[in-house]
Amino acid sequence: MPDANLLPDATTTDGVFLVLAIVLPAAGVLLSFVLGGRYAERIALVLLPSGFILATIILVDVWQSGHRLVYIVGDWKPPLGIALRADGLSAAMMVVMAIVFCAVAIFAYADFGTRAGSAEARAPFAFWILLMAIWGAMNLIFLGGDLFTLYVALELLTFAAVPLVCLDGRAETLQAALRYLIFALLGSILYLVGTALLYGSYATLDIVLLSRQIRAEPATLVAAALMTIGLFAKTALFPLHLWLPPAHAGAPAAASAVLSAVVVKGSFFLVVRLWFDVMPGMLGGAGAQLFGALGAAAIIFGSVVALQQQRLKLLIAYSTVAQIGYLFLIFPLALDAASGQLQGSGALTGGIIQAISHATAKAAMFMAAGLIYAALGHDRIAELGGIARALPMTIFAFALGGVSLIGLPPSGGFLAKWILLEATVATGQWWWALVILAGGLFTSCYMFIVLSRAVAPSGAPLKLKTAVPKYQEAAALALALTSLLLGLVALGPIDIIEVGRPDSIMVGSR
Amino acid sequence: MNAATLFGLCGAALVGLGLYGLVTNPEPLRKILAFNLLGSGVFLVFGVVAKRAAASGLGGDPVPQAMVITAIVVAFAATAMAIALVLRLLQETGRSTLSSDTSAATDTAGADS
Repeated sequence: MPDANLLPDATTTDGVFLVLAIVLPAAGVLLSFVLGGRYAERIALVLLPSGFILATIILVDVWQSGHRLVYIVGDWKPPLGIALRADGLSAAMMVVMAIVFCAVAIFAYADFGTRAGSAEARAPFAFWILLMAIWGAMNLIFLGGDLFTLYVALELLTFAAVPLVCLDGRAETLQAALRYLIFALLGSILYLVGTALLYGSYATLDIVLLSRQIRAEPATLVAAALMTIGLFAKTALFPLHLWLPPAHAGAPAAASAVLSAVVVKGSFFLVVRLWFDVMPGMLGGAGAQLFGALGAAAIIFGSVVALQQQRLKLLIAYSTVAQIGYLFLIFPLALDAASGQLQGSGALTGGIIQAISHATAKAAMFMAAGLIYAALGHDRIAELGGIARALPMTIFAFALGGVSLIGLPPSGGFLAKWILLEATVATGQWWWALVILAGGLFTSCYMFIVLSRAVAPSGAPLKLKTAVPKYQEAAALALALTSLLLGLVALGPIDIIEVGRPDSIMVGSR
Repeated sequence: MNAATLFGLCGAALVGLGLYGLVTNPEPLRKILAFNLLGSGVFLVFGVVAKRAAASGLGGDPVPQAMVITAIVVAFAATAMAIALVLRLLQETGRSTLSSDTSAATDTAGADS
């Protein structure tokens, strides 16, 4: 959607909502530290729904006005100051992440809620604070308008995500957290080198200003390569995925859901910002094919390893490795061969819908796996027999999440894969279509393995270790249904994602 | 060779050394030290960028300096967190390695039981 009246950059009416979206979580974290104990949970349970309302207001605003919301912090204009910008892409992601956060908060209330009369513990206190910190960091990633602010946001996200992995303090989760932290630190320092080189070349890090000046010269290419490798390490794209399965599988269920659904999308979003917004014409054919090849390798490798897993949570974690692969297929598919530019429509829309539907579906599946673990005391796939009878709603949520991952209509996964397949036909790159279809086949295989065990009758009557609260099951089911019904946005205005994109501005003003 | 080039090369050398250490050392503490070496190299590069951009007569471009202060704080926090994790791991297991032989040992223990 061309939007020529954006320039010059100035605070739009309602731009103040963008500040609120970042200040609210930060205030929640600080207030929780001050008040302590069970107040952290109350603050989170009040702030997360208001964050959802705020994100919805921003989305509606962007949608109705048809251009970006901008807030210039302190009225210091870029390049010296910092701009916060919400385009359709960031608004859509913010709303979906807010939905996931709310569902996770409801789910986590059972595990991390402090009941009246019971003693306050450290793990719940840490959990609620970290949850709000991740929410704030994600909002900053979606809204940040310059590459250094995004670096800070990325670090905030890492520092909030790593402790979630080792919340229960077992030795293997500590190891997983440490490995995650080392990968993440390597990733962020590579990103930082990139920002230094870009600043050295162009004397600005503002995304809009950079995108107008950027030239294909050695320093820029080195910077882009370093930043991309760093972000790949944080997104756990094959072959830098080694940290993800132990970290995501070892964390408590609510934490796994946030890590797998939300946190990896943060660094993916930055890859999109970098290549689609800052330097749409720099990736080139070979680079795009390389990104796609890594994505394809992730899909095949992640799926094959997922098929061999004995434990449900590890299977879901490897499935995340595979699903991340789909996100990187957008690069070869979005490249316009004639102009050599990455196009901000078609494949990108498909990729974002894939990210959104994976976020909701995977959070639901991790929650379901957590409930199964709690009920059975283990999550060995071979011994799941009878669980579908004991926890029908949980297994239903798990299956619906799987439907979206496989890509059956009317799920969001279906819509995403449909758009991507359409792009493979339009650009004549049939080999990516093969990968997409093979990935779907693998996904249905491992979903079938789990579900066939789950619905099989158990030999002895199943004795559940704990009763599973209904609202936990409902939270998982609600997310799974969101993912399932996401395909219906195809009937609505799907091009909201393209509102206010810098490259479309450039096209519009030419 | 002027000062900026010299410092730039120093920064590059530090980045190289740090990266090598981070990738090759299996010990978490050494990895953390290597990360700090790598970080120092990057901060030096920021300093060079500030100096190079100062052709307009100022002593130095303040924006990279502001950024580098932020980056140092972030790296400090990261180091503190990594050290805390290593210490906790040492308390829990009596050793602080990430090497594959410990995970292989737990794997075989899992298979035995």
